[in-house]
Amino acid sequence: MSLVLLSRIQFALTIAFHYIFPPLSIGLGLLMVFMEGAYLKTRRPVYHQMARFWTKIFGLTFSIGVASGIVMEFQFGTNWAAYSRYVGDVFGSALAAEGIFAFFLESGFLAVLLFGWNRVGPKMHFFATCMVALGSMFSAIWIVVANSWMQTPAGFRIVGEGAAARAEITDFWALVFNPSSLDRLSHVLSGCWQAGGWLVLSVSAFYLLQRKHEEFAKASIRIALVFVTAASLFQLFTGHQSAVTISRYQPAKLAAFEGHYPESAPASMHLAGWVDEREEKVRSFGEWPNLLSFLVHGDFSKPVKGLRAFPPDERPPVQWVFQAYHAMIWIGIALIGLSLTGMFFWWRGKLFETRWLLRLFVIAVLGPQFANQLGWMAAEIGRQPWIVYGILRTEQGVSRSVGSGEVAASIVMFSVVYFLLFVLFIFLLDQKIRKGPEEELAAAAPRRASYRDS
Amino acid sequence: MDWLPDLNTVWFLLVGALLAGYAILDGFDLGVGALHLLTRDEQNRRIMLNSIGPVWDGNEVWLVTAGGALFAAFPNVYATVFSGFYMAFMLLLFALIFRAVAIEFRSKQPMKWWRSFWDVSFSLASILASLLIGIAFGNIAGGIAIGPDGEFSGGFASLLHPYSLLMGVLVLALFMMHGAIYVVMKTEGPLHDRVRGWIKHTMIFFIICYGVTTMATLIYVPHMSDAVKRNPLLFVIPVLNLLAIANIPREIERGRDFRAFLSSCAAIVTLMALFGVDMYPNLVYSFPAPERSLTIYNSASSPKTLAIMLVIAVIGMPLVAAYTVSIYWIFRGKVRLEASSY
Repeated sequence: MSLVLLSRIQFALTIAFHYIFPPLSIGLGLLMVFMEGAYLKTRRPVYHQMARFWTKIFGLTFSIGVASGIVMEFQFGTNWAAYSRYVGDVFGSALAAEGIFAFFLESGFLAVLLFGWNRVGPKMHFFATCMVALGSMFSAIWIVVANSWMQTPAGFRIVGEGAAARAEITDFWALVFNPSSLDRLSHVLSGCWQAGGWLVLSVSAFYLLQRKHEEFAKASIRIALVFVTAASLFQLFTGHQSAVTISRYQPAKLAAFEGHYPESAPASMHLAGWVDEREEKVRSFGEWPNLLSFLVHGDFSKPVKGLRAFPPDERPPVQWVFQAYHAMIWIGIALIGLSLTGMFFWWRGKLFETRWLLRLFVIAVLGPQFANQLGWMAAEIGRQPWIVYGILRTEQGVSRSVGSGEVAASIVMFSVVYFLLFVLFIFLLDQKIRKGPEEELAAAAPRRASYRDS
Repeated sequence: MDWLPDLNTVWFLLVGALLAGYAILDGFDLGVGALHLLTRDEQNRRIMLNSIGPVWDGNEVWLVTAGGALFAAFPNVYATVFSGFYMAFMLLLFALIFRAVAIEFRSKQPMKWWRSFWDVSFSLASILASLLIGIAFGNIAGGIAIGPDGEFSGGFASLLHPYSLLMGVLVLALFMMHGAIYVVMKTEGPLHDRVRGWIKHTMIFFIICYGVTTMATLIYVPHMSDAVKRNPLLFVIPVLNLLAIANIPREIERGRDFRAFLSSCAAIVTLMALFGVDMYPNLVYSFPAPERSLTIYNSASSPKTLAIMLVIAVIGMPLVAAYTVSIYWIFRGKVRLEASSY
C-alpha cells in the first residue's frame, strides 16, 4: 500500500476512535450543568445523585478522550509534515488556541469535578461543572474552525513558489468565521448533544426495564428527553444549513452526496441507492425528483452542478460519500422520530410504562455514535482529493521522511492499543452502569464537609 | 524600542516557557510513576498515585499546548521533528496513552493481578516517556541529519547515540528526584519518612548524570556552551542552577518540604534556561551541515501570525496560570484517600 493511503488509514483510525469520546463528554457536560443546576435550585437529593453518577461516567469518557487526543495533536507533524509546513501559519493557530483556551480549562476544573466533592462547596462545584462544559465546547469550536478552514479556506494568501509555498494568515477573523465554520460547528455540537443525551436515556431506560433506581431513572429521562428532542430537531436544521453552504463552496461534495453526475441539471434526492461510478449514475431505490435543487436553491427547476463538471481526478470517491451521507440522514431521522415518540408518550403519561419504547431507547445510544462517524466520513471523504479544498491535494501533504513500513507499524500499534482501550472502556462503563447511582445519596443531601474539618 | 525582543524571540521564550511548565508539572508526575514500584503495599501505592491523581491530566495539557504552539509559531520545526523522530514519537504516544489508561483503570478492579499489571504499566510507561523526552532534547541539541529540503534524513537508529541516551537518563534522574520531593511534600507518617530517604539516592543519581552530561556536552557538543563563552554574564544561569540544586538537601534537612520542591522547580527552570540560551536562535541543530539548522527565523510563521498568536497567549496564559494555581490550591495539603480517589 502507498504511504499516502497508509497515512490516511492511520488518521482515519485514530480520529474515528478518538471521536467516540468527545461527543459523549460534550453532551454529558451540558447535561451535568442542568442536573447540578437543578440540584442547587431545588436541593432535591435525586439531582445530586444524578450529578454524581453522570460525573463518574463523564470522567471515564473524558480520560479516554484525552489519552487518544494527545495523538491527534502530534499526528499532523508525524504523518502530514508537508501539510503542516504548508498550513502551520493558519491551521496551527487554531490548534494552539484550542490548547490554551479549551484544554487547560477542561482538565483543570475536571479535577474539581471528580475529586472535589468534599473539598469545595456545592456552588464552587457547580461553577467547575460549568467551566468543564464550556471548555469542552471551546475545544469543539476551535477544532471545527480548523477543520472548516480545510473545507472552505478563507482569510489567507499563498506566498512562495513550489516546495517553499505556504499559506499565511491575512485576516484572522475571516479565518475563524470562514464560510462553513458556524454551520458545521452547530451541526457538530448538536451531534455531540445527542450522543450525550442518548447515553443518559439509554442507561435510564435500562434501569426502568430492570425496575432499579426508578426515581433516578425517571428524573434523568425527563431532563435528557427534552434535551435530545431539541438537539435532534436542531440537528436537522443545521444539517440543512450545512448542505446549503456545501452547495456554494464545495459543489463536488454535494454532488457526491446524492450521486449527481450531470454537469448542470436539476438534482434529485434518493431514499437509498447504489452508485455505479463507471456508468456515472445511481441505481436508485426511491427517487424524489429535483428535491435537492429545491432544498439548496428553493426552486425545483434550478440546476445543481454535478460531478461531470469536475475532471475525474478532482472528484471524491462517490460511493463512500453517498452511502455515509445517506446512512447518517436515516439515523438522524430515526432519532428525531424516536425522541418525538418519547415526548408523545410522556405527554400521555405512559412513557415510563411503555416497555417497547424503553427498549428502543436502550439501543438508540448507538444511533448518534454511528451518525457522528458517518457524518464525518461524508465530510472528510467528500473533501477528497483535497486536504485543503481546492488548494492542496492530500498526497502533497504527507510526510516525506517517514517510510510506509513505519506507518504500517504504528497502525498495528494503534490498532492493538485502541482495541484494548475500547474493550476496557465498554467493560468499565458496563460495570459503572450495573453498580448504578449511589442510593445513599438519595436519602440525604450531603453537608458541606470542607477539607480542613476532616 | 530596540531593546524589545523581536516576535520570533518572544515565541522562542513562550515555547520554552510552555516546555518548562511541562517539565515542572508533568516532570513530578512522571517521576512519581518512575518511583511507583519502589513501594510495595497497596495503601502506599494508592497514596503515591493519588498524590498526582487530580493534576496529572492537566499537567499533560502543557505538552499538548506546547505542541500546538510549536505548530503555530514554528511549523517547520513541528513538521521536521515530529516526522523525523517518527518511531520515537509513536513510542512516546504509546507510553503516554498506556500511562493514562493505567492510572484510570488500576483502581477499577480489586484483583491483585489486575492492580500489579497496571502498576507495572504505569511505572514502565513513566520511565519510557521520561527517557524519550530526554532523547529528543539530546538530539535537537546534539544535532540531527537535515537534508537540503529541511527534512530529517537519518533513521530511527541514528537518534539513539550515546549523547542522546545520556540526556534521556539525565531527564529520568531529574524527574525521579523531582517526583520524590513532590511525594514527600504530599505525604505524612511512615511513607513520608521512607520517601525522604529516596531523595538522597535520586539526588546522587541526578548529580552524577548531570556531571557526566556536562562533561560530555563540553567535549562532544561544544556549540552548546558557545553562548555562555561569548557572554560571561550568562554564567549566572548555571551558578543559580547549582545553588537551587544545593538548596534541596538543606530544605529537606530542615523539614521544609515545600521549599525543597520550589528549589527543585527552580533547578528545572534554570536547566531549561541554560538549554535555551545555548540553543538560541536555533531550534534544531543540523549535523553535519550546521547551515541547515532550523532557527527561529527560517522556520517561523509570518510576523502577522506570530502577533495574533501573541494576543492569544497574552489573553490565555494568565487564565491558565490562574486555573493552575487555583487547582493546586484546592488540592493542597497531604493526600487523603477518599471514595472518589483512584
